[in-house]
Amino acid sequence: MTSPILLAIEDLTVSFDGFKAVDGLNLYVERNEVRVVIGPNGAGKTTLLDLICGKTRASSGSIMFKNTELTKLAENQIVKAGVGRKFQTPSIYENLTVRENLQLSYPGGRTVFGSLFFKTTEHVTQRVCEVAADIFLEERLDVSAGLLSHGQKQWLEIGMLLIQDPELLMLDEPVAGMSVPEREATADLLRRISNNRSVIVIEHDMDFVKDIANKVTVLHQGKLLAEGKMDDVQKNEKVIEVYLGH
Amino acid sequence: MHRWIAAFGGGQRLLQLLALAVLLLVILPLTLDIFRLNLLGKYLTYAFVAVGLVLCWGYGGILSLGQGIFFGVGGYCMAMFLKLESSAPEFTSIQSTPGIPDFMDWNQITELPLMWLPFHSLTLTIILMLTVPALIAFFIGFAMFKRRVGGVYFAIITQAIASIATILIVGQQGYTGGINGITDLRTLLGWDIRSDSARYILYFVCCVALIICLLIGQFVLESRFGKLLIAMRDQEDRVRFSGYDVANIKIFVFALAAVFSAIGGAMFALQVGFMSPSFVGTVASIEMVIFCAVGGRLSLIGAVYGALLVNLAKTMLSETFPQLWIVFMGALFIGVVLLFPQGLAGIYNDFVRPHLSRLFGRSQRKASEPGTGQEAQS
Repeated sequence: MTSPILLAIEDLTVSFDGFKAVDGLNLYVERNEVRVVIGPNGAGKTTLLDLICGKTRASSGSIMFKNTELTKLAENQIVKAGVGRKFQTPSIYENLTVRENLQLSYPGGRTVFGSLFFKTTEHVTQRVCEVAADIFLEERLDVSAGLLSHGQKQWLEIGMLLIQDPELLMLDEPVAGMSVPEREATADLLRRISNNRSVIVIEHDMDFVKDIANKVTVLHQGKLLAEGKMDDVQKNEKVIEVYLGH
Repeated sequence: MHRWIAAFGGGQRLLQLLALAVLLLVILPLTLDIFRLNLLGKYLTYAFVAVGLVLCWGYGGILSLGQGIFFGVGGYCMAMFLKLESSAPEFTSIQSTPGIPDFMDWNQITELPLMWLPFHSLTLTIILMLTVPALIAFFIGFAMFKRRVGGVYFAIITQAIASIATILIVGQQGYTGGINGITDLRTLLGWDIRSDSARYILYFVCCVALIICLLIGQFVLESRFGKLLIAMRDQEDRVRFSGYDVANIKIFVFALAAVFSAIGGAMFALQVGFMSPSFVGTVASIEMVIFCAVGGRLSLIGAVYGALLVNLAKTMLSETFPQLWIVFMGALFIGVVLLFPQGLAGIYNDFVRPHLSRLFGRSQRKASEPGTGQEAQS
């Protein structure tokens, strides 16, 4: 039987010139779970994602993804292991079309010569169309990505991760700057895509968090402050004090 | 057939290439005398460097201010072969050591240095001319890009390396010919390269080599790799976190640009008949970036026109104002970057092509479909 735990973070610490952005953190994410990480500014939420995806190197501790130790791997190897990460500001290729954005994210042809002689097969085209439909952009496949609205750019970046079919998807503030209908559509999208994968979301919008979270982790000054169901966390005295307010 | 057209940039781009080929291979040889044509051939050798810079700088976002190094390696390889041939013992019997290049004799060197030995063979020369620049680029690229050195820092370091290369060549006079370079090149396998007929043939060889480089460039840009270059230039982190090793992409495109430059350098030595460190150093390297910028750094074909026009202007203006030329050149660069960031290709796309479209109607309209974006069109 496979373990229900997909990602096990143990005693993770990173220090920048003595300042510990993440300090002795333990965190376990199960398969098919949507975990939301909240906390005040500077709590170490984005740093946590940076550590998992390899953008920042841990000072100590371990990040086990399935049976792989991620702290030793290069960024592209972490992606190949099955971890996808969306950045806070939409990072898409503005000078390419939506279709090209998705095609480039399709796993395959990732080496220099592989990409030089990569053939866009029927299968690739089909996957691109499927994902485009998921992220509400099937009508805009041939539009230059720079012309999309802010919300659509956020979706496109999520789509670029979906096409890689990662087992762990990490989203940094996916609904920031979105209108209310866009938020609802995104919540719906997240529920659909979390069917067969785990998702870690950083978010500030409490209504959105309530909408999607299985479990909430509250970080404060790089440490775990509380963890549990959204309702329990909202009643937690310490959480109210440092983050949610009275 | 359609697949091949698409793989090399589509009908529109191939037509532009055909127009360039007709201009270079038919119109100019019929209208210019051999002296001017030879001069044009010399300008075209810089176009190889500019084409490489379009790939590396325009698309990949890697500004190298040291392309002269690779132009120099190509040029010196070819020059060393030609020099050895014209230093055969029967031509150099008056030297104290016959059979070695004249400048070695003047520097009291009595035996051909080891590094010159492979250049007795043309095959080895051509192999070295193509692989040495690729290897140098690989090592520079590996050392820089794997450590995530990029942008301005990379530009400054390549410039420093170009400077070091010049100092090395000038300092090792006995081995390299020093500041004068390698001069008095006469024959290639017994064929006098200074004759008019040889100059014609070398000009055509140069044009054909350039067109092959352009086709390779178009193929690269049309492939997934070409799109990756644009993606990497705009959002390097997104490419990295989509599972690509960004450093390898950069190393490859830098090495490809280096090989193109070296081919240009070799054609230079053949057509001009000498090679010297002044084509290696920082000034030469920066001039090569200007050719690329004037032509349009997102247009392979534009880079060829850029190299031709700037050099033409250089020849004409520097005859009249020898002191002021360098100032003109600087002003040209600043002006182009400020006013026409897409260079000549941008001017063509914005002002000329709309008229052409109207003239030819339907056939041109396809290219301006929405979504192809500026990158794809220029």
